[in-house]
Amino acid sequence: MRRRHGVVPLALLALIAMACGNKAEPVVVPPANTGPSTPPPAPPPPPPANRPTDTGANEAAVRAALLSDLANVIHFDYDQDAIKPEDRAILDRKADIMRANGALRIRISGHADERGSDEYNLVLGNKRAVAAKQYLVNKGIDGSRIDVTSLGEERPVDPASTESSWALNRRAEFEITAGGERLLAPR
Amino acid sequence: MRAVRTVRSLGTIVLAVLAGSPLAVAAQDTVRVGITYRPGVRPGLVVLPAPGLDSVQAIVARDLDYSDRFEVIPLTQPSPSDGSRGTTTINYAFYRTLGAALALELVPAANGNVTGKLFDLAAERLQAEVSVPLDRTGVGEGRMTVHRLADEIVRLGTGQWGIASTRFLFLNDGDKRIWRVDSDGAGLVPVTPAGVAALSPAWSPDGARVAYTQFGRDGSKPIVILSLATGTRTTLPETGSSQNITPAFAPDGRGLMFARMSDLGVSLYGANVKDLCCVERLTGGRFAENFSPAYSPDGRRVVFVSTRAGGQQIYAMAADGTDQELLVPFDFGDTGNSNAPDWSPDGATIAFHREVGGAPQIYTFDLAGRRPKQWTSSGRNEDPSWAPDGRHLVFVSNRTGRRQLFVVDTETARTRQIMTPSAARLPAWSRPIGRPQQ
Repeated sequence: MRRRHGVVPLALLALIAMACGNKAEPVVVPPANTGPSTPPPAPPPPPPANRPTDTGANEAAVRAALLSDLANVIHFDYDQDAIKPEDRAILDRKADIMRANGALRIRISGHADERGSDEYNLVLGNKRAVAAKQYLVNKGIDGSRIDVTSLGEERPVDPASTESSWALNRRAEFEITAGGERLLAPR
Repeated sequence: MRAVRTVRSLGTIVLAVLAGSPLAVAAQDTVRVGITYRPGVRPGLVVLPAPGLDSVQAIVARDLDYSDRFEVIPLTQPSPSDGSRGTTTINYAFYRTLGAALALELVPAANGNVTGKLFDLAAERLQAEVSVPLDRTGVGEGRMTVHRLADEIVRLGTGQWGIASTRFLFLNDGDKRIWRVDSDGAGLVPVTPAGVAALSPAWSPDGARVAYTQFGRDGSKPIVILSLATGTRTTLPETGSSQNITPAFAPDGRGLMFARMSDLGVSLYGANVKDLCCVERLTGGRFAENFSPAYSPDGRRVVFVSTRAGGQQIYAMAADGTDQELLVPFDFGDTGNSNAPDWSPDGATIAFHREVGGAPQIYTFDLAGRRPKQWTSSGRNEDPSWAPDGRHLVFVSNRTGRRQLFVVDTETARTRQIMTPSAARLPAWSRPIGRPQQ
């Protein structure tokens, strides 16, 4: 802090403090002689990490997390369409989000690995998508909010012919088709 | 023209010319020739040099080889003395020393046609000839006219039509488009538009249209009917917003059968594709899958895949959906699921693929004897489609490291590969292009 010479206004002190590179929260000092009718200037917005109660940034973070949960993929065993126990929590979360967001509509696409007949793999992908849909319906979600489609073996995430690749390709994917502009987190 | 007598005996077709004069016929006429054809025997044949018709000669020679009905003997040197072009003076003895029983001479005709003359080298005489209009460049659509000549030659020599004037449709994995290719592997052309994935191509009986499943951006799978001549695409009514797969034209070209996937399973549907209407469900039952239909040649019955009893097995039904029965049951133990049935043109055999030791292999099922027969064993082999001769099959194999098209002759087991731009799947063999249904 610089030495005072006589009386220094608070505004000047604030400005001096800011000029010295003070990293503390900015101090809001009402300007002199502005009168009671003039509102004080708003403080500059701090980074979200420092201010978790800031609604704009928080909403974006919440939405990002919800989108991520909605996009989470589930996987299946070979030639099976049963929902695996370890994937139930993923689907439960999606159901929660859909309950909290009544306008939300999704499409489930079912996929298969390259083994088996090309055309049967379309059928198998459909069975997987329908199984995921039925799980959500059983959790109370209106089936009319869920479309299903199958891409069979046509869109592998990993084109290699290995057990690990095949396991990745046996999946159901979820995408939002409507109502995803504003998302509320489930209570 | 002398009288002709036709005699049919066990396993052979003997067509006898009573008098010695050769028959000259136009391509549309019924042909009677004096050569005995025995199944399983491939007579040696030389295709004589044809100055001015070099492209035609090369295409015809290859087509005759691919027919698997002749042993085409390459002519590495000219005969010591041939007669002048257009006469019947042929060095029969020389060609016999090469192991040939037949010699084919191609000569241009005055009207722009090309005449194929088939000589019986043992009898040392012209046996028969046929004259057809064709595009001598052998390029583009003109190539098909040369293939038709080859088919006529096969018919002259064996009494059976050749398969050269046919094409395959297939899915090209690189761009997910349907392509077509002549059965000799030439003339690769994309058929469906770029940027839109397609699947499961099916020929109309007249070869003028293609039905296929289109992958809509909204997740739908409409059945699209494409006119090859105009490029016009029409969505089959009531399929635009649902999941429809595995279309198949009825032999009369008026009907179309396909499978629809829903929350309740997969069912077969029929439609009137001529009038674009009248879609109706043919198979019932909830939570079973019925798909991949294929008509019998008379259009009265259909084979298809069903999981109603667990696993994928081949079933048959009447074309109206009645009288459903298990046709090709599991062969418990070594084999597994069966898929992709196709009915042979003579109605006697079903081709399909079946899992053996975890890998699909090509099978045929004789309907009279109810016997399956395995045709492949190396790699993964699937999705067979019959040639119009009911003897050759095109199928997909990964024996080279990626999925490619192969053709097998079920009489000799001879196999050849068709080169495609990238990995190829789901082939469909056309009927003869431009030839009335025989």
